[in-house]
Amino acid sequence: MSPRDAVITGIGIVSCLGEGVDAHRAALSAGPQAAVLETEAFAPYTVHPLPEIDWSQQIPKRGDQRQMETWQRIGTYAAGLALDDAGMKGDEQLCATMDMIVAAGGGERDEAADSLIIEAAAERNDRDVLLNEKLTTELRPTLFLAQLSNLLAGNISIVHKVTGSSRTFMGEEGSGVSAVDTAVARIRAGQSTHALVGGSYNCEHPDMLLAYELGGYLHHGSWAPVWNRGGTDGGGIIPGSGGAFLVLESREHAEQRGARIYAVLGDVKADRTRRDRDDLASAIAAMARDAAPGARLAISSASGVPDVTAAEASALSGVALRAFSSLTGHFKEAQFPFAIALAALAIEAGIAVLPFSDDEAAVDGPVEEILATAIGFISGEGMVSVRKA
Amino acid sequence: MTKFTDHLGRPVVAVIGIGIITSLGVGRDENWRALASGRSGIKAITRFPTNDLKTRISGMVDFLASSSDGPGPLTHEMAETTAREAIAQAGLAEDDFGGPLFLAAPPVETEWRHRFELAAAGGTGGTPYQRMLAAARAGKRPDLFSRAMFGTVAERLADRFGTRGLPVTLSTACASGATAIQCGVEAIRRGEADRALAIGSDGSATAEALIRFSLLSALSIQNDEPEKASKPFSRDRDGFVLAEGSATLVLESLESALARGARVLGIVSGCGEKADDFHRTRSKPDASPAIGAVRAALADAGMGERPVDYINAHGTSTPENDKMEFLALSTVFADRMESIPVSSNKSMIGHTLSAAGAIEAAFSILTMQQGFLPPTINYDNPDPAIPVDCVPNAGRKGDVASVLSNSFGFGGQNTCLVMAREPV
Repeated sequence: MSPRDAVITGIGIVSCLGEGVDAHRAALSAGPQAAVLETEAFAPYTVHPLPEIDWSQQIPKRGDQRQMETWQRIGTYAAGLALDDAGMKGDEQLCATMDMIVAAGGGERDEAADSLIIEAAAERNDRDVLLNEKLTTELRPTLFLAQLSNLLAGNISIVHKVTGSSRTFMGEEGSGVSAVDTAVARIRAGQSTHALVGGSYNCEHPDMLLAYELGGYLHHGSWAPVWNRGGTDGGGIIPGSGGAFLVLESREHAEQRGARIYAVLGDVKADRTRRDRDDLASAIAAMARDAAPGARLAISSASGVPDVTAAEASALSGVALRAFSSLTGHFKEAQFPFAIALAALAIEAGIAVLPFSDDEAAVDGPVEEILATAIGFISGEGMVSVRKA
Repeated sequence: MTKFTDHLGRPVVAVIGIGIITSLGVGRDENWRALASGRSGIKAITRFPTNDLKTRISGMVDFLASSSDGPGPLTHEMAETTAREAIAQAGLAEDDFGGPLFLAAPPVETEWRHRFELAAAGGTGGTPYQRMLAAARAGKRPDLFSRAMFGTVAERLADRFGTRGLPVTLSTACASGATAIQCGVEAIRRGEADRALAIGSDGSATAEALIRFSLLSALSIQNDEPEKASKPFSRDRDGFVLAEGSATLVLESLESALARGARVLGIVSGCGEKADDFHRTRSKPDASPAIGAVRAALADAGMGERPVDYINAHGTSTPENDKMEFLALSTVFADRMESIPVSSNKSMIGHTLSAAGAIEAAFSILTMQQGFLPPTINYDNPDPAIPVDCVPNAGRKGDVASVLSNSFGFGGQNTCLVMAREPV
């Protein structure tokens, strides 16, 4: 135990399971359950939709809400929940000195404007000329900012006054791993005392689905748990809308302000296996031995992409795996923060995490340590041990 | 004896390799010569038609193999080229860098020509997006898929140069390049690595990008004489000029660099950041976040408010930035500002967005090394509200032992770097 341990003192979490810590804590001990699905809007794709959210609970100004696309709203909302949960919301001094690292991709494009341009282009050969004609008249000036990767962090600064620093990491699951890794490393080195880290994702937009499907990664068939996808049913991913933010603090900082501590994080393991050359399962097994050799339970970000998911299952065959994406869908950049959030909830509540699907192994009673994993659906691997503080 | 740790006992971080591409050309020395002589890289746009556009000029990099192949490939080629140059100077193996990679790069999007192609290939029924999805479903498009993934460029660079661990791709908008350097400096200071590869690269000057900035009234519309449009600190400045480029800095702990016999080009002695909660595109009127970032960088460098010898300004040539930046600098340095030259590289190379912080840090190191201040060109009509020595129109010799380089961006991003010629 060290005063510079990185501990979790706030969790903000949103998925189709609901919003906030209570809804997600309940899901941890509910056992296999029927997933909340949207099967028609994007058929043949199934997605896990956003729950009903009253945005004004965390984003009071309508003007702010209007300036954001949905992924930014989800993230700003979840960040607000995390700050509330940590008892930091509205504390000007704490927020003004708080560091922030957001894991983000890009935001949603204007589907109507894009569609109009694509339809018009079918009739024209001078498409570059057409683009100028249409983009100068059809683009909403503020849409750019609602799409821009670093503007989730920008909106969190504006709405919640988190202004110590602001960094945005990009690049699928790996960006979430690097965000947590960097925040933890900075806290442990004394470069930071408290930080807001997380990400969000809105899958309910055809452009977001397209980014997966260009590589053939989306699941087409009816719902199945992540461990049992692939074959004729497409590429394995059922995406979800949601996200998670964590308030991380040095143990000393948290204790001095009398904060409730959910859990302590071990060393974050972050790497990128050359999957074309090296064996992924061996790399995952070695990383797990390094991160949490004694862990009996893992909250896994497994995506459902068959070969990658199978590699994780075989590498961690001695650990009871809980793949939350079976219930929530895949959140891309937000996978690792989400896994850590669930692990911290379970550790703090001292509850036994029941299988999320029938094919997951049982484990006896609550555990003192949970391994959180994020094996990227195309690249990047990360793990961390989440333990009782 | 050389001191290997700084005022806080952290490893001193040296710059031992620099690679640069801008609209002025390819390579560190070629760029420096052009910049020092006050040449502009801003030209009329030829990459795409300019019908209906208010702005028809830019500082695009139009002379590389992938210049017309879209933002991803161009960002990648520039990053790889500047990294190769920097790593060669550092005397390191080209495929075994042995430290982490921090890449500042623009967000990626599927390009229009590919959207058109997919929609046409996806049959005739349904909405355009349904057709694009149908085309994707029918045949995997790994070429377009990898272009749509945000981690692709960094992953390829990581493979190419043998960097260690999970590469980080980051965006802090127009401060990204400085953030990449800051991340590298912090990793070395934490003792995680002896060296780090910090790259800023931005080849995203598409028609849509230009129109987006134009709709926010951020761009200069002084199209008639392109090379004169970027005029930081001038009364008639009317916006920035969109540009492309890349710079790579090889960072290494001074101790490790000297032990290897590497040539030290300069020191990154301080990094400071502070976010702004005022507005998505505008800075707080009192400039307090920029002031906070400058002070944090000076404090991190152990300089207090001791003045630096030269300031490499963010200096975008927008009415608001230059005014706000001057307010911040004059607040921090007070009447000592009269004697600190402040120039803007953007008067010549335009605003290279994600790459700007890295390119300008690279030029800052060269400014100290060469003992020569690059000018602010197009300074024909001084803004009386910004009374600075902006090294007007012609560069000049100057003994510069320390530099402050500012980077400010949309979304409340403010990152400042302090660099020194020698370890203190």
